[in-house]
Amino acid sequence: MSRHFSFRRLWALLGKESIQMRRDRLTFAMALGIPLLQLMLFGFAINTDPKELPAALVAPTQDRFTRAMVTSLELTGYYRFIAPNATAEEAEAMISRGDVLFVVTVPSDFGRRVQRNELATILIEADATDPSAASGAMSTLGTVASEALQREAGNTSDSSAGHNNISIVTHRRYNPEGITQYNIVPGLLGVILQLTMVMMTAMALTREIERGTMENLLSMPATPIEIMLGKVMPYLAVGGVQVIVVLGAAKAVFGIPFVGSLSVILAGIFVFVLSLVILGYLISTVARTQMQAMQMTFFFFLPSLLLSGFMFPYRGMPVWAQYLGEIFPLTHFLRLIRSVMLKGADAATVADSFLALGGFVLLLALFSLLRFRKTLD
Amino acid sequence: MSALAISVQGLTKRYGDKTVVDAVSMDVSEGEIMGFLGPNGSGKTTTIRLMCGLLEPDAGEGRVLGHDIRRDRGAIKRNVGYMTQRFSFYEDLTIAENLNFVAGVYGMEQPRQAVRDTLEDLGLISRKDQLAGSLSGGWKQRLALAACVMHRPKLLILDEPTAGVDPKARRDFWDEIHRLAVDGLTVLVSTHYMDEAERCHRISYISYGRLVAQGTTEQVVRDAGLTTLVLSGEHINDAAEALRDAPGVEQIAPFGASLHVVGRHKQTLMTSVNRVAQSTGVTVTPTETSLEDVFIQLMGQSKDNML
Repeated sequence: MSRHFSFRRLWALLGKESIQMRRDRLTFAMALGIPLLQLMLFGFAINTDPKELPAALVAPTQDRFTRAMVTSLELTGYYRFIAPNATAEEAEAMISRGDVLFVVTVPSDFGRRVQRNELATILIEADATDPSAASGAMSTLGTVASEALQREAGNTSDSSAGHNNISIVTHRRYNPEGITQYNIVPGLLGVILQLTMVMMTAMALTREIERGTMENLLSMPATPIEIMLGKVMPYLAVGGVQVIVVLGAAKAVFGIPFVGSLSVILAGIFVFVLSLVILGYLISTVARTQMQAMQMTFFFFLPSLLLSGFMFPYRGMPVWAQYLGEIFPLTHFLRLIRSVMLKGADAATVADSFLALGGFVLLLALFSLLRFRKTLD
Repeated sequence: MSALAISVQGLTKRYGDKTVVDAVSMDVSEGEIMGFLGPNGSGKTTTIRLMCGLLEPDAGEGRVLGHDIRRDRGAIKRNVGYMTQRFSFYEDLTIAENLNFVAGVYGMEQPRQAVRDTLEDLGLISRKDQLAGSLSGGWKQRLALAACVMHRPKLLILDEPTAGVDPKARRDFWDEIHRLAVDGLTVLVSTHYMDEAERCHRISYISYGRLVAQGTTEQVVRDAGLTTLVLSGEHINDAAEALRDAPGVEQIAPFGASLHVVGRHKQTLMTSVNRVAQSTGVTVTPTETSLEDVFIQLMGQSKDNML
């Protein structure tokens, strides 16, 4: 045996380490299961050239020219008209909430003008808060219109029509210059809050268990709800400081516009942070060690990052993945913050997101109180 | 007969198919110091946790300070001081901060005064801003005891309070326990040390989850009905060898230059020992059976029961 290196000693160390790894079932399961699960999940869910994006159609006269336009827009694969006969007000509310990414407006004189071979105009408004989501759809527009009308003109054997007498006017709403930061920075606020809040509170109870102070705490007359609030509220204050820092930097450094009301923004952030700290607390009632709490946090963190619409357009994911994305508070927060901050949505418009986040708070708090072990059993 | 501070019957706790506490019954009178003895892993800590309302019993019932151990956990927690086996106050808080926390959680009327009095009693006023984690074992134990009695509990439960503490600190600790008992506090204390057991009013001995002996030390020693002989002389090693499987001999333990030989059946034991004494030339003198002899005997017996 060499004094500096011995295979026998190394072998002993390797043996001990692999036994410990096998004993820690959770870590082992995560190391094997998660890569496969996440590969399948994200491999199918993520799409950087999103297709079938929801759109609304505002067309008072639904004539054959209008239908031809709509059909050829759908044929590009980029548009899916979920509201084929909306009023202008309805369409405005939908794009503001983020239910649709496009509003196509076909004026009532469109068909007449096409037939008379006059200049006919279509307006396509795109939600450009996420520049990457809309860009593919926008780039196809030029060819769509002429093809559609040529085909329609061919059908009617009116050969004079369809010689590019169509003008498609596009509006990149909310972010006309396509500045990526407008989309990313408010989202980052959510992501930063999520990472720090969930992870810190996830350690809250496991630290007491690991240090042996839990037995003492339980032997004293503190009730589960007092213990939960006592653990969660300090982190709420930490979150408050983070919010001030990130919002301040968003304004001062990145020049992100605050279109909506600041009080709605702050109210949304408050409910979101509350849901995060309670989620963290729930993790800490489940995990037995700080290491497990950390692993669970990351297990939660990655899918929420990828499926919430932070990194990739939410509407570009397959429908099943969109449903899956709904289970993350971050998804609802991103909708809320982007709607209010960039689009100037009022509280009523984003009421659904508020309700969803409030529902998370109640549900997670309930689970936590049920999970909390009042005894050492 | 005074009122009972602890009265539990048939307490049972199982983990999987392992019965850790098996039908333990115990009565402790108010103002009594009850010693709770047993080898490692015998179920002392689990029994204590059942009494404090920290574990849910699988069977059995009982009252602690008149409160049901299943239903009135809150009332028990408010009136019991429980000192855990491992130091379980916050090492990253100072002494004063720990005491302030405890005073607050128990909802004491005048927390500042209580903390100040406690610090004075401990003689820790000058070190109150020191982190609890930086204290030595003996001081940690004193701090833990002070924190447990600050809210003036009626019952104090101590789980191996003197493990790893030097003899002087142990003696001071026991003096303090007796002072508290004189003021009417009931104390249940688990320990491994025989000298500590002898400082209790009564003792309960638990082995493999079963209570196997209870009473004053004299009663426990008498009830065991053991005979103990001391062998001394030059050839005690040979004598020990010869006695190893001799009839009637149940324990052979060297004590310095002499040998303690213990057995239940006096006559058989005497016959065996006398025979060996003649052949090896050691001298035999009868002695009083010690508590330790009894405990080792009890451990051996209950192990037999398990098999």
